Amino acid sequence: MGQTITVTVNGTAHTADVEPRTLLVHFLREQLTLTGTHIGCDTSTCGCCTVHLDGEPVLSCSVLAVQADGCAVRTVEGLSEGGELHPIQQAFHENHGLQCGFCTPGMMMTALGVIEQNPQASDDEIREALEGNLCRCTGYQNIVAAVRSAADQMARS
Amino acid sequence: MIPSTLEYTKASSIDEAIAAVQAGARPLAGGQSLMPMMRLRLAAPGAVVDLGGIAELVGVCEDGDEIAVGAMTTHRAVAADPLIGEHCRVVAQAASGVGSLVIRGRGTIGGSLAHADPHGDLPAAILAVGGAVIARGPGGERRIEIGDLITSYLTTSLADDEIITQVRLPKGNGRSAYAKFHRRAIDWSIVGVGVAIGADGVRAAATGVADRPVRLAGFEAAINGGASAEEAARAAGEGIDPTADLDGSTEYKRHLAGVLAAQAHQAAQG
Ligand SMILES: Cc1cc2nc3c(=O)[nH]c(=O)nc-3n(C[C@H](O)[C@H](O)[C@H](O)COP(=O)(O)OP(=O)(O)OC[C@H]3O[C@@H](n4cnc5c(N)ncnc54)[C@H](O)[C@@H]3O)c2cc1C
Ligand code: FES
Ligand code: FES
Repeated sequence: MGQTITVTVNGTAHTADVEPRTLLVHFLREQLTLTGTHIGCDTSTCGCCTVHLDGEPVLSCSVLAVQADGCAVRTVEGLSEGGELHPIQQAFHENHGLQCGFCTPGMMMTALGVIEQNPQASDDEIREALEGNLCRCTGYQNIVAAVRSAADQMARS
Repeated sequence: MIPSTLEYTKASSIDEAIAAVQAGARPLAGGQSLMPMMRLRLAAPGAVVDLGGIAELVGVCEDGDEIAVGAMTTHRAVAADPLIGEHCRVVAQAASGVGSLVIRGRGTIGGSLAHADPHGDLPAAILAVGGAVIARGPGGERRIEIGDLITSYLTTSLADDEIITQVRLPKGNGRSAYAKFHRRAIDWSIVGVGVAIGADGVRAAATGVADRPVRLAGFEAAINGGASAEEAARAAGEGIDPTADLDGSTEYKRHLAGVLAAQAHQAAQG
């Protein structure tokens, strides 16, 4: 039996019929075809699926779509505006903060959550905040450098 | 994977939640353990009732000699709470080490206790201070001491139609600390130990060494009898028989319990 929900995703309200068992990540990827949010595990361990739910970073694989009814969701697709990269995207690009890119949407959404809540975050705080986001490629150094640079850039602007 | 078919309701009061649980629904708190279990089909509830809309289940306040913590208070809020930090630092420290920042923003103290994972950090920390929960069901409320709540792997003494509404933490445990060992930041504790120096002596409780959190009687007896922390650490393995697995042998885990108890005891004094 379906349940009707309305979720505002990246500023656009979507009303849809979902089965209660649908995970938020499946709703985003399959019903809204926003495939930027990735799925990397079955155990809520990898962080690839991180999105913002009413401004808070959450693992969209650990939230039911029906729980997001009436909420605002921001995904990686909502970062750039008018063709301009968001500072966090620009910083990942400039600092070579990605290789295969699989972890990148989750990394950026977690990092952005940290920067928004703690604009003065130290490198140690950035590392700690990213503890739930696994990357199999980069070795993390360039990711931390990218987040550092985005935080500084966002503090200036 | 996709969870199996279920019905979803969101309760707006404790009574509504209890009615749903009585009708067979499983409580859904932060979902940080239940959702992965549902994805793996280790759990397949036919219905869940979301406790996320019940305001009175969230928050921390003083109540006589105890701190009352709403069951739906998140790990992040527990870790940062000044009252818990002052009176039960070990609990705040355990909460600050759970999973990752994002997981701590959703996972709850009540969910951790009800889930009763044998590697959970909160149960051991709360056992170290001698805490309890308030459970409410159709017949009313009762108090369950932590030592009586968790009875085995993922098993509690809660009745099927009861939910945890509050966690009670006794004051006077400011001198306390939590130490855990794990390989990666996101991993669960292989072993974790909470130590509290209270008015009636030192209490130590460990996770990861049995099917439930347990007091480290050997360590407690030694340290309360005047032994050095090093001597007491050697006694920490008495009476515990951790299961050997990929994380390590029984002897290794006994040793780890002693090392962590001594570390937590040292940190508790500062
Ligand atoms: C990658 C990862 C790493 C983790 N690492 C750690 C760690 O290091 N240490 C640690 O301790 N935990 C860890 N956790 C577990 C996590 O912290 C959960 O928060 C916790 O185990 C369950 O809390 P929850 O609020 O998410 O409960 P849920 O997942 O919503 O529920 C868990 C269980 O408790 C029941 N329940 C929930 N609330 C109540 C209630 N009020 N009354 C009765 N029953 C209730 C549910 O029905 C369910 O059976 C980790 C989780 C993940 C995904
Ligand atoms: S898909 Fe791995 S944490 Fe959500
Ligand atoms: S860039 Fe490949 S997993 Fe991170």
